[in-house]
Amino acid sequence: MRDQGLWTWHLVAGVVILVLLGLHMTIMHLDEIVRVFSPSPGEPIAWANVMARGKSVFFLMNYVLLLGAALFHGLYGLRNILFELNPASGLKKALNAVFLVGGLALFVFGSWAAWASFTVARGA
Amino acid sequence: MADNTVPTEVVFRILRFDPTTDTDPRWEDYRFPCPPGTTVLEGLKIIKEKLSPTLAWRSSCRMGVCGSCGMFINGSPRLACNTQIAELGGGVVTVAPLPNFNIIRDLVPDLKPMIQAHVEAMPYLIRDDADEMARPTGEYWQSPHQLEQYLEFSYCIKCGCCMAACPTYATDPHYAGPMPLAQAHRYNSDSRDGGFNQRKELLSGGRGPWRCHFAGECSRVCPKGVDPARAIQLMKRQLVFDYLRLWKQPCPAPLAKAPAGLKRRDGIPEAPPRTI
Repeated sequence: MRDQGLWTWHLVAGVVILVLLGLHMTIMHLDEIVRVFSPSPGEPIAWANVMARGKSVFFLMNYVLLLGAALFHGLYGLRNILFELNPASGLKKALNAVFLVGGLALFVFGSWAAWASFTVARGA
Repeated sequence: MADNTVPTEVVFRILRFDPTTDTDPRWEDYRFPCPPGTTVLEGLKIIKEKLSPTLAWRSSCRMGVCGSCGMFINGSPRLACNTQIAELGGGVVTVAPLPNFNIIRDLVPDLKPMIQAHVEAMPYLIRDDADEMARPTGEYWQSPHQLEQYLEFSYCIKCGCCMAACPTYATDPHYAGPMPLAQAHRYNSDSRDGGFNQRKELLSGGRGPWRCHFAGECSRVCPKGVDPARAIQLMKRQLVFDYLRLWKQPCPAPLAKAPAGLKRRDGIPEAPPRTI
């Protein structure tokens, strides 16, 4: 049952990544066409444009969701690769714990960074 | 024009292993004249009859039906009875037991893990009407379209060739393997069956279809043209939809009672009494 759920979320995370990474690539590389996300003149990574996006709740949600999806998708994939090396049962449990704690820590840190840039942009 | 009735000399290189005397398997060569149209299985019989009476292998029907003679022939899992020596392209014919299994002796692999996983897949109809299953009074409804959903997978003869070709099964002994998973899907997709939730014990855990990388070797080597890789992908989809509550197994097909009041035509004998 556990793998059925994990695999399903792996697929769901893949779809989320496809959409949100697509959006990211569009903003970063098609800015001549999609100026709506980079309202100021200059590159999409220009300070004014980054601040403009940083103020948006939509982008805050976007960053956090993309971070969570990418972390789960990547770490679950890495876990599967390592499990196929057929480690001992104890090592499997240890790997699960490392991935869970490490993944959560990275997610909290990344979310905090997204929230911090959101508050900075709002205050600017 | 070449005379196709004259025997040609062939060399069989066979992996021999006797657990009572050997610590490791060893290769032995056998050279003998072989008439055209000889299969690898017949070649083995010639060797056993004339050159090495201790050679051991499994075989039974010699017509690709029983699945006993799965072997690793010239680097590919095949049925020895279904493989003509001529189609191997000349040269030395190498014969070894199916990989990914322990060797019992010579060309006899230990298929116990495969059979055990097959048993866990519950390869039979699971229904609530136990009385009807034990003492049938009619037939279960099934349309031709419903039959097509599983028919291909029911051609499996459990020869183990797919298990021997699977790269995942080669490295992960916990993986159930293509044959048991394909057979679980065969019964899950049978409209007469209601055992999807029971089979999830095997399928939704770490031994299930999640380990499959879709290398597709199982389908390539299957001597009966079954496509276990497809069954596993279909099963993954079914399990994902099941987890997301987007799919529910329909009720098993109802019973179609034999019509009452029919009169047997003259000259048609009664069916013989049941033996089981």
